[in-house]
Amino acid sequence: MPRYSISHLMQLEAESIHVMREVAAEFERPVMLYSVGKDSSVMLHLARKAFYPQKLPFPLMHVDTGYKFEEMYDFRRRMAEEYEADLIVHRNEEAIAAGANPYDLGTQRCCGLLKTQALLDGLSEGRFDAALGGARREEEKSRAKERFFSFRDRFGQWDPKNQRPELWNLYNCRIGQEESIRVFPLSNWTELDIWMYIHREDIPVVPLYFAREREVVVRGEQLIPLEGQARLLPGETPRSMVCRFRTLGCSPCTGAVRSTAASVEEIIEEMMVERISERSTRIIDHDQEGSMELKKREGYF
Amino acid sequence: MTDIQTFLTQNEEKELLRFSTAGSVDDGKSTLIGRLLADSKNIYEDHLASLKQLARKDETPDLALLLDGLKAEREQGITIDVAYRYFSTPRRKFIIADTPGHEQYTRNMATGASGANLAIVLVDARHGVLTQTRRHAFITSLLGIQHLVVAVNKMDMVDYSEAVFDDIRRTFLDYAAKLNVSDIRLVPVSALEGDNVVVKSDRMPWYHGQTVLDILEDVQFLTDRNLVDLRFPVQYVIRPHQNARYYAGSVLSGVVRPGDEVLVLPGQNRTRVKSVSSFDGDLEEAYPPMSVSLQLEDEVDVSRGDMIVHPKNLPHVDRRFEAMMVWMGEAPMDPSRHYLIKQTTQTARASIDHVDYRIDVDTLHKVDVPHLALNDIGRVALTSNRPLFHDAYQNNRLTGSFILVDYLTNHTVAAGMIIDRLPEDRVPMDVDAGSEPRASTSKRSSLVDPDRRIARYGQKPCTIWITGLVGSGKSAVTFGLEAALYEEGYSVVVLDSSVVRNGLSRDLGFSAADQAENLRRVAECARVLNDAGLIVVASFISPSEEGRRQVAERIGTDRYMEVFVDASLDWCRKHDTTGCYVKSDRGLLRNLAGVDYPYERPNDPAVKVATETDPVDRSVSRIIAVLKERGYLLARP
Ligand SMILES: Nc1nc2c(ncn2[C@@H]2O[C@H](COP(=O)(O)OP(=O)(O)OP(=O)(O)O)[C@@H](O)[C@H]2O)c(=O)[nH]1
Ligand SMILES: [Mg+2]
Repeated sequence: MPRYSISHLMQLEAESIHVMREVAAEFERPVMLYSVGKDSSVMLHLARKAFYPQKLPFPLMHVDTGYKFEEMYDFRRRMAEEYEADLIVHRNEEAIAAGANPYDLGTQRCCGLLKTQALLDGLSEGRFDAALGGARREEEKSRAKERFFSFRDRFGQWDPKNQRPELWNLYNCRIGQEESIRVFPLSNWTELDIWMYIHREDIPVVPLYFAREREVVVRGEQLIPLEGQARLLPGETPRSMVCRFRTLGCSPCTGAVRSTAASVEEIIEEMMVERISERSTRIIDHDQEGSMELKKREGYF
Repeated sequence: MTDIQTFLTQNEEKELLRFSTAGSVDDGKSTLIGRLLADSKNIYEDHLASLKQLARKDETPDLALLLDGLKAEREQGITIDVAYRYFSTPRRKFIIADTPGHEQYTRNMATGASGANLAIVLVDARHGVLTQTRRHAFITSLLGIQHLVVAVNKMDMVDYSEAVFDDIRRTFLDYAAKLNVSDIRLVPVSALEGDNVVVKSDRMPWYHGQTVLDILEDVQFLTDRNLVDLRFPVQYVIRPHQNARYYAGSVLSGVVRPGDEVLVLPGQNRTRVKSVSSFDGDLEEAYPPMSVSLQLEDEVDVSRGDMIVHPKNLPHVDRRFEAMMVWMGEAPMDPSRHYLIKQTTQTARASIDHVDYRIDVDTLHKVDVPHLALNDIGRVALTSNRPLFHDAYQNNRLTGSFILVDYLTNHTVAAGMIIDRLPEDRVPMDVDAGSEPRASTSKRSSLVDPDRRIARYGQKPCTIWITGLVGSGKSAVTFGLEAALYEEGYSVVVLDSSVVRNGLSRDLGFSAADQAENLRRVAECARVLNDAGLIVVASFISPSEEGRRQVAERIGTDRYMEVFVDASLDWCRKHDTTGCYVKSDRGLLRNLAGVDYPYERPNDPAVKVATETDPVDRSVSRIIAVLKERGYLLARP
């Protein structure tokens, strides 16, 4: 490349760092939502770059449903220790104690309680005025409409028909009492960018992303892992299969994909031929057309 | 090397091109992008499948639905807000902003176009160039996008006619000749059928140019960057420990290297760059759009909003500037109030001095208007309360752009692009318009020697500048002082706000710029009266320290004496006889010092009058004592 040109990955990196620094400079109580997945890994890495050699100027918050994979909890522990991050774990204890689960409540209601509600409570408990999230526009078509700095009213709701104009790199960070901003520093990254960057920067990710033999049941198009309190439906029998995860949500609702890609390079190679979007393995997204937009309006990330 | 490694190296070297769509409603913007994604195999199969599910059995899937991701958009079949999509070819990665065509959503169109290197303007072959097409082409050129691809769409509905295409080409180029765009190409396409989008169409053999994708892959845009003028606004100060400071920010333009001599604006101190640091180690240089942090050799006071530049290459440092603005607020611009302005990493207050004109986007004619309303575009003069470090947008997109935010609603109400300043006489005046020459240094041509005046009047002329809130007791002190000086035999004149406002300055309002102009006139008057040997007592709220400093300089600092009449806001409200506070509370009056406009207490007044405790005559005597002490009042016989 000619002198003074800069590759697309480095441009994405610069843009994300700019956004995070703007958050640290403009808000009083920012927080970074850390979901333990690959996007969070990248976001955390970028944040360390943004404020190097200082420690992160904001805490991390994990909204924990209690249904995450064991390997995610291990990984979370390891990261918090290694990076000396200030980690808040927030759970909707009330709903968890009442036994909220996707089998009895359905995915929509379960998600509403354990994720959306827990997130809103966690944010208001911490009186956070800005929350950084790792969502990307490419993931889903209502996310494709999201600003970098996305305004939320007092109830955490998004009004997609009335978003603030957002020009150049000038972000309007002004909010009123109890209002907040969701910030998406990875807006312009694609799944492939994420993996290439993980490869380039050697960023640690949860081993669930890599293929190995796992116990699963085949449910429709999905491979559902047998983990924790996973329930079998009538007629289902567990099978052992070489598979991996493309996104990590709650174990009962995250499907694995058949794949033998056991390293970052193999994942990238696989993606070059793969033509299915990553969120297709999330059961909640296709419960109904437009379901993501609905959840986002209500405060979901 | 294995295949995957080759691939990885190749991909790390990819260029990033950002482009946006533009054009009128239903011209086929979203469909074109959908087609581009589909034909370049950049759509996920499950996304396509859900499209097919949505389409009725006999229909082909509507590619626009790939982009129109909101429920309201699908219901109405239009785009409301920008959708961002991504695709790549072996050479480049593309970020697409698919923008709405409807005029109502112009601000979203501008959002999508603001960061773009290229814009695809869609024209429906059946309708030709419409007002909305012109509006978008104009905004595109205003935003400094240098490359336009005009896709004349729906050629399938006009029998792929060359004549139709030529006609549209002529109309468009005719309009575009008045715009500031260097590279325009026209392509006849059918977004629906795919002609000339990714694959060259054999239905239009008369067209010999490139397909849309070919252009996207080939266009040379890297030279559009500014690598000359170093502009590094400090975004955040990183302090890992007591003695280390890293100034974090993005290089907006230019190149910075360790050892460079730099200036940190607004200060005038020079220092050198000690290191250009990053997480990955120190760098040899940094250039746009890198986000890095700089360490400086010397301890200088640097904070967010300051700008690091090379000393021989400075931006404009000014409180006044003119800009082309796109008004985006639902409520029209209100020139009588102020707004927050965000420019680079600074946020300041700004008021509108005047609107030069609005542009009629159809004809590009200038229209006289008192203010801009939603979706209007026009040229505006503004004044900010602090100097901004800026360049003309044309030379530097990121230091020449700003947004205005309404501090009451927090809405982003306007986007602005700074233009090179007009000659001084067209710019609204300020106390300090043009920094030289100053009164005290300018040449006087009077034949009467100042010393003879001093001897005759028994006084050295000076201006006693009485500042304070409305209702603080300025008038009592002012007229008390006038009477006392007169009684002692001195020659004295009062310049009082209400008198000046009703006469000399009756054409002025209360915007920041008008207030500044009012003070400039008063200062000029005081200077003339002082030149004539008279003592002036001037009573003006004059809320800003900077404003008072400029007044002092205009009169001559050696002839300026400041008296601060101090009383609490509560006390002032109680004793106010003008009704200003009541009006302000009812929203009938704006920019009232101490209420919705800051009053900056004088740092170092010659006399401070505590109205709440001191009787007027005692204060007057104290002022006279200081005047004598300073030698302004010669002893009376
Ligand atoms: N025949 C024909 N129809 C087309 C073509 N391109 C688009 N259309 C149709 O035109 C209509 C509008 O297309 P959209 O892509 O939604 O238009 P748009 O410019 O994105 O509209 P807004 O975003 O709302 O401004 C749809 O019904 C398309 O199917 C074309 O090349 N030929
Ligand atoms: Mg559209």
